[in-house]
Amino acid sequence: MNGPQDLGGQMGFGPVAPEIDEPLFHAGWQKRALGLTLAAGGMGHWNIDESRHARESLHPADYYSSSYYEIWIKALEVLLERHGFVSFDELNAGKSISKGTTPKRILGASNVTAVLAKGGPCDREMAIPPRFKSGDRVRTRNLNPQTHTRLPRYARNKLGVIEAVHNGFVFPDSNAHGEGENPQYVYTVVFSATEIWGNAADPQLTVSIDAWESYLELA
Amino acid sequence: MPHDHDDHQHDNELDPMAARVRALETILTEKGLIDPLAIDAIVETYETKVGPRNGAKVVAKAWSDAGFSEWLKRDATAAIASLGFSGRQGEHMQAVFNTEETHNLVVCTLCSCYPWSVLGLPPVWYKSPPYRSRAVIDPRGVLAEFDVILPETTHIRVWDSTAELRYLVVPVRPEGSDDLNEEQLTDLVTRNSMIGTGFALPPVKP
Repeated sequence: MNGPQDLGGQMGFGPVAPEIDEPLFHAGWQKRALGLTLAAGGMGHWNIDESRHARESLHPADYYSSSYYEIWIKALEVLLERHGFVSFDELNAGKSISKGTTPKRILGASNVTAVLAKGGPCDREMAIPPRFKSGDRVRTRNLNPQTHTRLPRYARNKLGVIEAVHNGFVFPDSNAHGEGENPQYVYTVVFSATEIWGNAADPQLTVSIDAWESYLELA
Repeated sequence: MPHDHDDHQHDNELDPMAARVRALETILTEKGLIDPLAIDAIVETYETKVGPRNGAKVVAKAWSDAGFSEWLKRDATAAIASLGFSGRQGEHMQAVFNTEETHNLVVCTLCSCYPWSVLGLPPVWYKSPPYRSRAVIDPRGVLAEFDVILPETTHIRVWDSTAELRYLVVPVRPEGSDDLNEEQLTDLVTRNSMIGTGFALPPVKP
C-alpha cells in the first residue's frame, strides 16, 4: 500500500540528529513494548508480514507523530483485536473482561533464549528455477496495490540490473493477508541514482532493493 | 505487577504510552496469553547479550583472517553463525565490504529492518523518517550529519533492506592497526561503522 511507511525520497522531515551515547531504551515502557510485541507474536497467530502491514495501516498522521515503539504497540492492539484475543472494551478498561481466542502456544520465559536464537527463517525450497540471472536488465513493475507490498514507490517502473539471485522467500504481499506463503525468488536489483531521481542526482550513487520475482520484468 | 518496575521511577506516571502499555500487559497477563517473565528475558537478551559487540567481533575476524573474510563474503549467515551469532532478524545475512572506492550504507525505507543478531536493536534515528526518507536520495547529506565526509569521487552504494536479507557493513580497516590482535581490533569497530554511518576508529597511539 502507498502508506506512510513508504518513506524513501520523501522530504521535509529534517536532519537525522543522531544521539551521542544513545540509550537502548528511552523509557521503561519501551522495554515492555518490545517484549510484549515479541511475546504476543510468539503465540503464532500472525506473521511478520501481517505485523508490518498493521503498522503501515495506521493513519499517516498517527504514524508520523508516533515513536517506533508507539507504532508497534498501536499495531499490536490491532492484531490482538483482529485475532480475537482482546476487545475494544478491554483495551479501554485496561483489564480482562471475557475469555478470547485460545492461543496456539505461549512464550514461556525458559523458551525465550531458544526462540530468539532460532528466529524465523523465511527462505523456502523452490521447485522451479529462477527466471532472472545476474546481469539481467530488468524493469520493476508499476504496482500500486492497496494491500501490503515491499516494492517501494521510488523503485517502481525503474530500470535496474540484477546483481544477485537469492533463495526463494515467503512472498509478503500474500502472506500479510493470510493468503499463503507463495514463495518466490528474491533478487538484489541495483539502480543508478539518475534512473531513480533524475539527471541532477549524484552520479556516484547507486541504490539497491531486494525484489521478489513478480515485482520484475525483463527490460 | 510481577516483574521489576524500577525503570518506571523515571517515567511520568501519567505518560499516556506508559499507561497504555501497562494496561495491555495487564490484560494479556490476566488472560494468560503472555508470561511477564518472558518479557523480562527478552529485554535482558537485548540489553546484555545481543548487541553491536557481536558484529564488531565478526568485523575484527574478517580483518584478521582472510579465509574468514572470504567465507563472510560468500555465505555471511554461516560465517557469522560460526561465531555463535544467529537468530531473530539475522536469519539471512549479507556482509558488504567498504573499500577506498565504494562506501556502503544500509537503510530500511519501509520499516526498521536491521541485523539484530549482530547489531542488537536499532537506534531511534535508524527507525525514524529523516534517515529512512533521505538515505536513498541524499546519502551524502545524511552522512555529513554523522560527520562522515567522503570524497565526491567515492561511489556510494545504498542497500534498502526491502526483503528478509539483513546487511552488515564491514568498514575499511583503519590505518595503523596492523599490529593489533583480533580482540584489540574489536574495540575499533563502532556500531555506526557497521551500518555505514561511520568509520572504524583509529587505533589509540601508545
